Amino acid sequence: MTALPANIDATVELLRQGGYVADRALATPLYLALALQRPLFLEGEAGVGKTEIAKVLAATLGRDLVRLQCYEGLDIAAAVYEWNYPRQMMAIRLAEAAGRGQDQSIVKDIYGADFLIKRPLLAALEPHAKGAPILLIDEIDRTDEPFEAFLLEVLSDYQISIPELGTVHAATPPIVILTSNRTREIHDALKRRCLYHWLDYPNAERERAILAARLPKVGERLTAQVVAFVQALRAMELFKPPGIAESLDWAQALLVLDAGEIDRGIVDATLGVLLKYQDDIARVRGEIATRGVAPFLSGPVEPAVAAQ
Amino acid sequence: MTGTLAFNVMYFARMLRRAGFPIGPGQTMTALAALQAIDLGQKDDVYWALHAALVDRHARSGMFRFAFERFWRATSFEAPMAWPAPARAAADSPPTLESVSVSEQDRERESRDEPDAETTETLSWSAAERLRAMDFEAMSAEERAEARRMMALLRLPIPAVPTRRFHGSPSGSRIDMRATLRKMVRAGGVIDLQRRRRASRHPPLVVLCDISGSMASYARMLLHFLHVITNDRDRVHTFLFGTRLTNVTREMAHRDPDVALARVSRAARDWSGGTRIGQTLATFNRLWSRRVLGQGAVVLVISDGLDRDGGEGLSQEMERLQHSCRRLIWLNPLLRYEAFEPKSAGIRAMLPYVDDFRPVHNIDSLASLVAALGDLPSERLAGRQHKAA
Repeated sequence: MTALPANIDATVELLRQGGYVADRALATPLYLALALQRPLFLEGEAGVGKTEIAKVLAATLGRDLVRLQCYEGLDIAAAVYEWNYPRQMMAIRLAEAAGRGQDQSIVKDIYGADFLIKRPLLAALEPHAKGAPILLIDEIDRTDEPFEAFLLEVLSDYQISIPELGTVHAATPPIVILTSNRTREIHDALKRRCLYHWLDYPNAERERAILAARLPKVGERLTAQVVAFVQALRAMELFKPPGIAESLDWAQALLVLDAGEIDRGIVDATLGVLLKYQDDIARVRGEIATRGVAPFLSGPVEPAVAAQ
Repeated sequence: MTGTLAFNVMYFARMLRRAGFPIGPGQTMTALAALQAIDLGQKDDVYWALHAALVDRHARSGMFRFAFERFWRATSFEAPMAWPAPARAAADSPPTLESVSVSEQDRERESRDEPDAETTETLSWSAAERLRAMDFEAMSAEERAEARRMMALLRLPIPAVPTRRFHGSPSGSRIDMRATLRKMVRAGGVIDLQRRRRASRHPPLVVLCDISGSMASYARMLLHFLHVITNDRDRVHTFLFGTRLTNVTREMAHRDPDVALARVSRAARDWSGGTRIGQTLATFNRLWSRRVLGQGAVVLVISDGLDRDGGEGLSQEMERLQHSCRRLIWLNPLLRYEAFEPKSAGIRAMLPYVDDFRPVHNIDSLASLVAALGDLPSERLAGRQHKAA
């Protein structure tokens, strides 16, 4: 277990050790989240590295990562705890066989900790050998409002009430990171308990640094070309511009294909790695067919086929 | 030192509050704690620390930056260890909304990449557009009563969809183990199976309403309809479009219909102008569809389909829209004549991508609108047509 970073520079450095290139704009709220023990609410487009922060943090701090992937209809039984019904049934039957069927003490037994199945939120409040874990609540925008409301208690007091058992309180609060793709607005009450940060697409310089840190084999020249191309795509008002995850995938793909540089053929063959919508692919192909890839590698492209 | 810092933070929070930020004492405390945890000499760090504590949505970042720059200058943070309290004069005349609010060009720049409910009102506009505000008569008591009555009758052709949640139900198909166990314990070992079934709820509703000149005679009534429906159910998003797209969900959310409509009429600035359906749908698809259509929303388009751009780019955007939503319903009030033929380019471009087409001859009242959406036999298109006919 590594100690928490003592200032913002140390936070940048910590993330860098984990291969995550963060600017101060991100490191500041992250450092504050650690220092003030507040949840960090990260919002941003898909593929800008929101989830990755939690993973890197867990790895570099040597903590456990407890991940709760959200989905619509996520309920207490899947997110917090559930009773182990088969075992409870069996315990009751055994008690009956032993002639304790009418004994009320059995009730206390079967609602004990032994019969409790811990789901991520409860598990995150438990003491961990390596120190308080990182609790990643991923894609919170996919859940519904009732679950958000439930999270309020967990995130403000770091405690969970189980009616049959009592209240579980975290001795050391976990480091909480919530992410949202903003497919809907999260309620203000939940946001108010968190520190907020909007994670944007990186600028060219930072994106080059990210690629260099993650895929050093790609080489400086190709990395620069990949970044220039991706940055040009982001300026094109596509339906879904590529994120950092896509740039990394693409660079990896070019590496596997042994491509020395970006030309029309290789872009044509691998465009599906970057863009996931047919309209976007068709539009970029059209641009490249008329003007070649050169304009994409020399800064933002003014679209010839106007979006309007 | 802490006293001065606290004073400065409170001053800044007050400044932001005047600019419309919903900042409570909790956030102010967080901001103070955040500043105590960092080195105040670094302007960037101070900026991002305050941002993390006081901003809760990306759309406010632009306004925050502007306010921060003013604050930084006013408190001369350059000499951070001795933050002076704001000068007496400044305290006497705290920054007003006007002084904090961003100039039109600044906002325009901010809002171009990130329009939100709060910034759309300042979206860029060109002189070529016909911009005008709309003045609606107040809603009479009878009208209010009728609106309430009609909404009770409204049955949108949208079946409630099953969710992944369950609730107890004697005739449910699944066993509720938790309830069964509890009952069994209470009953002393007698197994009495408790059942549960999937809960269902309305899918989110997104309304795109045409407010162009050809629709002007319906505007007041449509807005009343939108107001009631926004306040009647949860998860309703309302957009108006003519030559541009305006999200009026927040304005509509006000309970009083007159206040809500007054706000809406200020928010949208392209009343009774032309229609650019293709372009406004493109804007919707690019900026909003992922944010409001996420959980299987039903989209209701209210438009006569008369497009100033002659249907340019429209079919492509309609296709995208249909693919992104659960169901696309088009209510068309153009059909004043029985012998209606879809001749307009806009209408022909849109029709193939509509799941449910509701032509109406005349919507002169909420009642006729509700009837058109619900009970009248509709021209239901068979299944989803993913390819243009």
